[in-house]
Amino acid sequence: MRIEVDRSLCDLHGQCVFTAPEIFRFDDDGELEYLEEVGDELRAKADGAASVCPTAAIELHP
Amino acid sequence: MDTVLVVGASLAGTRACQQLRAEGFDGRIVMLGAERHAPYDRPPLSKGLLAGAVGPEDVALRTPGHLGVEWILGDAAARLDVRARRVLTASGRELRFDGLVIATGSEPRRLPQLDVTKANVFELRTLDDCLALRTALVGRPRLVLVGGGFIGVEVASTARAYGCEVTVVTLDPPLAAAGRLVSETATALLRDHDVELFGGRMLADTWGDERVEGLVLDDGRRLPAEIVVSAVGVAPATGWLAGSGLSLSDGVQCDPYCAAIGAEGVVAAGDVARWPNPLFGGASMRIEHWTNAAEQASAAARTLLHGPAAGPYAPVPSVWSDHFGLRMQCIGLPATADRFELVEASLDQRRFAAAAYHGETLVGAVAYGMPRPLARLRARLAREQAEPLAANSTSAGGASIQ
Repeated sequence: MRIEVDRSLCDLHGQCVFTAPEIFRFDDDGELEYLEEVGDELRAKADGAASVCPTAAIELHP
Repeated sequence: MDTVLVVGASLAGTRACQQLRAEGFDGRIVMLGAERHAPYDRPPLSKGLLAGAVGPEDVALRTPGHLGVEWILGDAAARLDVRARRVLTASGRELRFDGLVIATGSEPRRLPQLDVTKANVFELRTLDDCLALRTALVGRPRLVLVGGGFIGVEVASTARAYGCEVTVVTLDPPLAAAGRLVSETATALLRDHDVELFGGRMLADTWGDERVEGLVLDDGRRLPAEIVVSAVGVAPATGWLAGSGLSLSDGVQCDPYCAAIGAEGVVAAGDVARWPNPLFGGASMRIEHWTNAAEQASAAARTLLHGPAAGPYAPVPSVWSDHFGLRMQCIGLPATADRFELVEASLDQRRFAAAAYHGETLVGAVAYGMPRPLARLRARLAREQAEPLAANSTSAGGASIQ
């Protein structure tokens, strides 16, 4: 699964980091970093992160 | 299961539809909404939409792809007949279902001493409420807010940005639901921004005929007002479920899987649902925040399709609020803490992240303007389950996390 964050929508709430720290994290400057490709074992985590993003900035491409 | 009826067309209802489709459900989904609007996002109603930074068209809930949902909007559920598997609506429709998702959310509480039908008294729950209040704020009226919760503090912030004189009357300290540290910070922010605050005070009376011209507090103080906002919390919207056989007690009582107690094939999610959270020793919770509506609806939809195999719903509660240019974030149950430890703070004192402890147990974390350290605390909290809270049921069990 491919993950894409629309940076123009992302407001750095961090809900994805809370929900799926395996995929999303803040770097040392507080910017969002994430894995752009994840395997099936992280599919549910990615779904969860997308569904709790307050700005709907996370797009998942199966 | 052929037909799933989702009652409630806001975030929880929409997320339930998404999850049903994501799980491969290809039957009929009917969604019933009391408002005439298509599903929209509520957080902007006290923030960007109220401020005029975005328009009504910008707050529509975005969903991935086409969900194939039949919407019935502008009609409210009036009665549930579990045995006949049908919901009757206010306009007389009869909607049959095999599976039911209850996602009717909550409704503003009202004080008997404040008549919200008066022309200059506002509530803030719906898109229409927001647009009416926004129109009023443009004229920079002198505003008195009753209530110091999330809506009260955010409206105070937005109204100050319009240039209104703002007074807040609140029985509990501002943002008390997020714990002492956030409450103290919110109080300081209100003062920094010249909001007049009457804490520990109740509304005794109002004066004025067609309009409320002022409020009388319980200590006799008289506050003139050009407009009044009533923001004294919400109550779960369960009126339509009376007599249904479902167990109702400050919300729809559910099991740990979000299945409603008292009926088969009925689940509940969002503000309306009360369930025992296994992560906090089974403490009974009902959460009125955005993130929970999103997460719980997904969990409830999985339960509807898969039963207990879906697993229990055991979230770390999470809420945010934007006010006075800062973002407050709160996770877990910081209102049950007896001690806060700062983990990071900036020099201006209004930006910090802190861990919340009950005794030696991490029960939550709070931050102003610092999401990164909060993310680390969130990971710790999920690991260190807050077991002692189960024993301390007076502070956590039965409490509404608001």
